[in-house]
Amino acid sequence: MTRYVDAIVVGGGIHGCSTALHLCLAGIKPVLIEKDYAGRHASGVNAGGVRQLARHIPEIPLSIRSMGIWEKIADLLDDDCSFESHGQVLVAENEDELAVCRARVAELNALGFAHEELIDATELRRLVPAVAETCPGGVVSRRDGAANPAQTTTAFRRKAEQLGAIVREGVAATNIRQSAGLWHVDVGAESFAAPVLVNAAGAWAGKIAADLGEPVPVETVAPMLMITSRVPHFIDPVVILRGRKLSFKQFSNGTVLIGGGHLATPDQDRNETVLDWKSLATSARTVFELFPVMRSATIVRAWAGIEAKMKDDLPVFGPSSRHKGLYHQFGFSLHGFQLGPGAGAVMAELIASGGTQTRIGDLGIDRFHPSKL
Amino acid sequence: MTMAPKREAYDVVVIGAGPAGLAAAATSAEAGLSTLLLDENIGPGGQVYRAIASTPVSERNQLGADYWAGVDLVQAVRASSAEIIQRATVWSLDRNLDIAVSIGGASAFVKARRVILATGALERPFPIPGWTLPGVMTAGAAQTMLKSSALVPDGRTVIAGQGPLLWLLAAQILRLGGRIDRILDTTGRGNYFAALPHAFAFLTSPYFAKGLSMMREVRAKVQVVSGVTELAATGDGQLASVSYVAGGTRETIPADLLLLHQGVVPNVNLAMAAGIEHRWDELQLCWSPTLDASGNSSVAGIAIAGDGAGIGGANAAVVRGRIAARAAVEALAPAAAEKLVPMATLRADLARAERGRVFLDTLFRPAPQFRIPTGDTIVCRCEEVTAKDILDAVAIGATGPNQLKAYRRTGMGPCQGRLCGLTVTELMAQARARSPQEIGYYRLRAPVKPITLAELAAVPQSEADVKAVVRG
Repeated sequence: MTRYVDAIVVGGGIHGCSTALHLCLAGIKPVLIEKDYAGRHASGVNAGGVRQLARHIPEIPLSIRSMGIWEKIADLLDDDCSFESHGQVLVAENEDELAVCRARVAELNALGFAHEELIDATELRRLVPAVAETCPGGVVSRRDGAANPAQTTTAFRRKAEQLGAIVREGVAATNIRQSAGLWHVDVGAESFAAPVLVNAAGAWAGKIAADLGEPVPVETVAPMLMITSRVPHFIDPVVILRGRKLSFKQFSNGTVLIGGGHLATPDQDRNETVLDWKSLATSARTVFELFPVMRSATIVRAWAGIEAKMKDDLPVFGPSSRHKGLYHQFGFSLHGFQLGPGAGAVMAELIASGGTQTRIGDLGIDRFHPSKL
Repeated sequence: MTMAPKREAYDVVVIGAGPAGLAAAATSAEAGLSTLLLDENIGPGGQVYRAIASTPVSERNQLGADYWAGVDLVQAVRASSAEIIQRATVWSLDRNLDIAVSIGGASAFVKARRVILATGALERPFPIPGWTLPGVMTAGAAQTMLKSSALVPDGRTVIAGQGPLLWLLAAQILRLGGRIDRILDTTGRGNYFAALPHAFAFLTSPYFAKGLSMMREVRAKVQVVSGVTELAATGDGQLASVSYVAGGTRETIPADLLLLHQGVVPNVNLAMAAGIEHRWDELQLCWSPTLDASGNSSVAGIAIAGDGAGIGGANAAVVRGRIAARAAVEALAPAAAEKLVPMATLRADLARAERGRVFLDTLFRPAPQFRIPTGDTIVCRCEEVTAKDILDAVAIGATGPNQLKAYRRTGMGPCQGRLCGLTVTELMAQARARSPQEIGYYRLRAPVKPITLAELAAVPQSEADVKAVVRG
């Protein structure tokens, strides 16, 4: 028997959960389908960076929209998501890198964006006292911060369910098809039908898009992270490097998260990743050089989450160029966590009213396929 | 002296030098395969033969004849061509059979064509009220001190729990002149009836006569209280007393040391981190790897032998080690396998060694009250999470151990769930009215044992790495 709902959201990452929640707020009752459990993959195990800093220009408006929601996240979700705002700092390790930072901030200012701010060595040392003496400056985005990714994704899922979303976890959405203006999806023994389908399936979304005739240049990746034992408090903001692959964050309990985009080998069918310790050793060396205070810390765990990365590193976000009622929300290319709250809100606007005030035009799937609608 | 592996690749890498690992490495090396035996202790022997090559205890009957059987196993592997490295902590193993090992503060990577995991057992968590107080320790920890340093308790000592190892430890402590004030036996009354149908196999097993004489020896010297329930340790920052109910009466006795033990369970951390499939064993109440008759796991090339394959005891571990090694030899050097003991003989040996196990497992199956705590009793000691905290998280939507991490950080401390994993699974299973199999276990990741950032940073760089950095 088919159950009729207002919308079908495939994928229980932060994007699917946020969209489901915002659809409920707009009076549209969705079913949220997740083959594992909400936050099982990249959304639950990423670095938790809530970052406007150093973003691609086409996604900055979405990022700024999202930041406004992050700052009131507890009001929205009845859960603080462990969100803390101590800024994010991009460190230039030499004068050449600082010159690149200067040009970038000037470019953003010319476009009317003011969230990134150039800082000199003195301000860098004030924000990040532990950083090596040789670094001449960098960029700060002061409203940025970090949150607990699994807690956040789970909170979105929980709130969506409280507001009336039907949630199905542990069963994959299969047999996705359109007939007589309705999208139909099988979920185990159940079937759902709705006029709207949102493809927010992360690393599994590319296949859904391709099966529906909209293949895009996407690959499955698994960025690695590692966490240390507790060390005395020494740093507040999240730190990323301009020239090398490193991101760095100390939690309030003293543990330090080290990331930066070195990749594990994903095995999508098994839900597994094989870590590359030689690359993690490179991260360890960078931390060793930059933060002498970390040298005696121990690494207690390393992991990687499976996600989708686009060839142009920009998400696929917005209506299908081929099918009415189909919307894509995937391919966030290692920087989708901060965008989750805002993307859900914008997606709900697109679905409810056909438009949004937030500039997302450069993110559509029509950059790969001219629209046939 | 730091001894790094001599080669980058081996035919067989055996991890753990307890009975299974010693037997496996000797068999593999004797068949001519290049064999590396990695063990994290200072000497071979594992827990059962701990300090077999160095113990200061020289009076043989004090540790018992079974202990000294370890000498032959050590001699066999030392006489073979196997390369043995002690104080070698394997902190990563993956499905490509890449192994990362820390030796003397430096890490090395080796590759294997076959891996035999012989990482043995851990003591089952015993989460009673007060179990984290200083002065409360596991029987296994006490036995380690006894074997390595001939140290025995001299303060007011209570031993509580059940299982063969509890009686063995009590006998060893008494023989070495240690003090035991009381033994609190927690074996459930119903277990005797449940175990009865399996008694015949046990009566004809080697365990029976040895076990009976050991219990008689201990009972002659120490007061043993049976049918103990509602066990608790109390004290202000330090153990002061132990309280329990027996025969309908609560008793409280002063104590300086409480030794807890309710059996052992497979040490699954490295196997799980390698992606090996495990299932819930409803009789032994623990996770056991899914293995074929030769010990091969769900990951091609990795076999598991010894108690890590499911608790079977030392004699079974030796045979399982030989079976796994023989299977590796059959795969890599079939001609050499013909000279080894035939597989049929080994399987018959294993059946004999495992005789009586079901009886022991049934008799010593711990009662729910000693496995599934309530209220303020600590479950995860790394992050100080109580049973109530976990039930609260379940109430707001935590469905399994991995989701629980987001709410409570259970299992995210340095022990990676070794001390709380089984408790968390069973507690959540009970709260959600599901089976432990449905609830699942923590997803475990390397490093399986912590390594320092400095050690990881010092890993030798490959040429490709150096180029990448230079290119910047």
